[in-house]
Amino acid sequence: MTETRTASDAATDEFDDTVRILGPWALVWRKFRRHRLAMWSGVVVILIYLIAAFGEFLAPVQIHETSVRNTFQPPQRIYLFVDGEDGTRRFQIHARGVKMELDRVALRRTFVEDESKIVPLGFFVRGYEYKLLGLIPMNVHLFGPTNPRETVYLLGADRLGRDVLSRIILGTRVSMSIGLVGVAVSLVIGVLLGGLSGYYGGWIDGLIQRFIEFIRSVPTIPLWMGLAAAIPLDWPPLQTYFVVTVIVSMIGWTSLAREVRGKFLSLRNEDYIVAARLDGLSDGEVIRKHMVPAFMSHIIASLTLAVPLMILAETSLSFLGIGLQPPQVSWGTLLKEAQNIRSIIEAPWLLIAPGTMIVVAVLTLNFLGDGLRDAADPHAQ
Amino acid sequence: MMGFLLRRIVYMIPTLFLVSIVTFIIIQLPPGDYLDTLAADLGEAGVEDTGVMDALREQYGLGQPIYVQYFKWMRGILLYGDFGLSFEKNRPVTDLIWDRLGWTFAISLLTLLFIWFTALPIGIYSAVRKYSVGDYVATFFGFIGLAIPNFLLALVMMYIAFKYFGQSVGGLVSPEYLDAPWTFDKFVNLLQHIWMPIVVVGTSGAAALIRIMRANLLDELYRPYVVTARAKGMSEFQLLLRYPVRVALNPFISTIGWILPTLVSGEIIVAVVMNLPTTGPLLLRALLVQDMYLAGSLILIVSMLTVVGTLISDILLALVDPRIRYQ
Amino acid sequence: MTQPTPTPSSAPGTAPAGETPLVEIAGLKTHFFTEDGVVKAVDGVDLTIRPNRTLCILGESGCGKSIMARSILRIVDAPGRIVDGSIVYRAEDGRSVDLAKARPTSREVRQIRGKDIAMIFQEPMSSLGPIQKIGHQIVETILLHRRMSKAEAKRTAIEMLDRVGIPNPAQRFEAYPFELSGGMRQRAMIAMALSCQPRLLIADEPTTALDVTTQAQILDLIADLKDEFDMSVMLITHDLGVVAEVAEEVAVMYMGRVVEEGDVYSVFENPQHPYTRALLKSVPRIGVTTAARLPAIEGMVPHPLARPSGCPFRTRCESVIEGVCSKAQPALVPVGPTKVACFLHSDATTDD
Repeated sequence: MTETRTASDAATDEFDDTVRILGPWALVWRKFRRHRLAMWSGVVVILIYLIAAFGEFLAPVQIHETSVRNTFQPPQRIYLFVDGEDGTRRFQIHARGVKMELDRVALRRTFVEDESKIVPLGFFVRGYEYKLLGLIPMNVHLFGPTNPRETVYLLGADRLGRDVLSRIILGTRVSMSIGLVGVAVSLVIGVLLGGLSGYYGGWIDGLIQRFIEFIRSVPTIPLWMGLAAAIPLDWPPLQTYFVVTVIVSMIGWTSLAREVRGKFLSLRNEDYIVAARLDGLSDGEVIRKHMVPAFMSHIIASLTLAVPLMILAETSLSFLGIGLQPPQVSWGTLLKEAQNIRSIIEAPWLLIAPGTMIVVAVLTLNFLGDGLRDAADPHAQ
Repeated sequence: MMGFLLRRIVYMIPTLFLVSIVTFIIIQLPPGDYLDTLAADLGEAGVEDTGVMDALREQYGLGQPIYVQYFKWMRGILLYGDFGLSFEKNRPVTDLIWDRLGWTFAISLLTLLFIWFTALPIGIYSAVRKYSVGDYVATFFGFIGLAIPNFLLALVMMYIAFKYFGQSVGGLVSPEYLDAPWTFDKFVNLLQHIWMPIVVVGTSGAAALIRIMRANLLDELYRPYVVTARAKGMSEFQLLLRYPVRVALNPFISTIGWILPTLVSGEIIVAVVMNLPTTGPLLLRALLVQDMYLAGSLILIVSMLTVVGTLISDILLALVDPRIRYQ
Repeated sequence: MTQPTPTPSSAPGTAPAGETPLVEIAGLKTHFFTEDGVVKAVDGVDLTIRPNRTLCILGESGCGKSIMARSILRIVDAPGRIVDGSIVYRAEDGRSVDLAKARPTSREVRQIRGKDIAMIFQEPMSSLGPIQKIGHQIVETILLHRRMSKAEAKRTAIEMLDRVGIPNPAQRFEAYPFELSGGMRQRAMIAMALSCQPRLLIADEPTTALDVTTQAQILDLIADLKDEFDMSVMLITHDLGVVAEVAEEVAVMYMGRVVEEGDVYSVFENPQHPYTRALLKSVPRIGVTTAARLPAIEGMVPHPLARPSGCPFRTRCESVIEGVCSKAQPALVPVGPTKVACFLHSDATTDD
């Protein structure tokens, strides 16, 4: 008899060792890790936010600096080797100087590379002054011309001779932060109203639901356009920025509120919530300790998916001229320069560079949000 | 069912009124009014005559308090079908929006058909052949479609069309056909142009619907009733269409509700970029110069379409899903 | 009186010995190729289904009985696949088909499904199409396999609904599944399954989701229809009471294998396999007054990815033989009136 017990115990023992208990966040992280596309997108998103934070360090040219000589200059190629007159080759990253020529026949300007002029480029060069993260005064830039008095247009120049690359880098800050701030506003309003609606039900629910339905029945784009057009053109840029953010966050909160409400409604009748209430927990405690953790991951996933919508909204509004105004730099205002077909034909980089940036940001945010949502869903595989 | 319908219609009316009020307030938000803009323009041109200004103010009722103006506008709409006057163009609003509305409708409807005919089969294929090459390609294009803003896609396509195909850009027909009467050639020319806005506006809608269809169908594909159907001896294709697809279609149908207004408002920006004769460019201009009645009417009409669209989709959903009907 | 007495609805042994079996399963292995490893849901099953008999498949959850039934009709969902063995079905005209070798989507298999072999499932609510009327679903089955006009099919369907005991069949024809009660839905599913008069009805836990009184009614119905249509029934269950009530033959399954098989009287009165013995001992009996604890089978069913070597039951067996039971799997061989797979009774292993 003792023998059999050992045999069966041993069998159960060898199984028990392989069982581990993981907490809920660990489970979410594990599922997320398996979704490789979402992981890589997460990395890219973090990179983009780093670009936003360290903008001036990465931008070689001062963004407001205009230069009549370089209007609509195409992007300059980077060369790695210099051929000396004595036939030697040495390694020096550089760009070639550019001469503007007037084509008198077609009445157009063309830019021709001048092989004799070398603009040496390097890493950690000295350039214009700025404050890193708004605090530390610096004048070192990651990459740029070694001679601070020269300029290089890696992605071309716009109609006022401003460097497109630097403007895109700094535009990242504005565009991505609007997404974050907008989402924060949405979160607060959405969770508050959705939670009230779902938890208390009854007439509060009815009222808030009618309100939400009403807002949803007004078509978004005309609504934004109307509100944005109402912003006086002479307002300080910071104020415009905030109002645009608030307008843009109007989209997000209704769907968030509905989701929160739905979750609250279904959770309210779950046995463990009823048990908690019967145990004597106050409403606040029940919400905080039991309900919110249950859908926290969903909220995070929804928010991540809302950010790209906000970025697109701001871009669209600024593109039309009713969002952020120049001289503020965001991806939308940059695209405004490429609004008509004529400028695109002459200077396609004005469209392609900021356009690509937007697509990459929105795509990676979407992949990230999708991955988070799949990872947070206990029923998905 | 009847009761359900009636309730929804009754709800519509106060909603529309509320919408009109909100619209009117929004239009009035910018300080000043059209006449101020006009005065600024005239002032630049060196013309000054306050007497004319006052007379115009009187005529358009601009000096009066906001609720009076609103009331006058509403009365005009409800009693006479008169949506007011466009200050800038000096023509009744109804004249201006009538044929533009026609084009908006036409393009939206065609785009809706485009979306349905692409999203449905691709979504079904994606779900049934999950993780196959076709699925990944479809998902990839779906994501791209979602990520690229409409107007960006429009600009890129116009660029390609012009540079490589020499097609004239902007508008629905080439410049030489603009004022010409309708001939077969003009119709062909129209077709050559119209596919672009349809594809541009339709792509993001199709992308979203493909994902929805795929997700819905995946939910249903492995359910017990599908196994029962298979055990009856049905072929895979037959049982796919008759059972899980039919169930997965239901949420799909409810998306018609938001698709129509999305199309109508989504093509606004594209219309501005591509210079289409629809309501979009008209609305933008009206907002920028505070052409009050024009802008307000446009927004009101688009809102009406939204509300009606939602109602239609609810009705369709009830028709298709008996579970809802019998509740 | 120590065992529940089997009370089959037809006398055992009515079929002449030596008749051709309806379905013969030999060495069936259905494995699931999951991300975490291979789950051997069915791992070497030998079974014979004879005409006009009620065979009950008895076993705990997860022993592979459902998967085995689905393998017969080739409706196992991915990532499951039949990796070995044969399932030979003999049709009325004498043809035989190895269902295991055929392509699951082939016309051959599709013609057998619903017509020769029909199946009903555990949860009638989720097993019936949610937004189609039940009459329509029955007519669909009929038109798939029989040449009839729509009107005739409708009449046949209403007759079937009547035969399974649904009141107002002509009205119920137009009903949706969600409008019917659990018992009615199961009857409707039975009507659908029998509408083409199959020779074998596979019932996968048909009464598990129903209350006890409805359960009795459904079991009676199945028994009546079996007699009327001259068909075989393979009833899958984990409920010993159901087996006692309807079975003529019983096969006990554990971890994907049949461990004991035979006519229900022999198996219940004289169980040979330790698992069967333990199962029968663990049934509570009214009227027996002891203060002792209800005997339960020790241990837990092993995780499917951590199958014990040799005989899968050895980790919970009270008669395990050290050094023998872990070395090889016992083969299912005749021992007296029944077949048993246990080293207590025979040295035969599956490698032989």
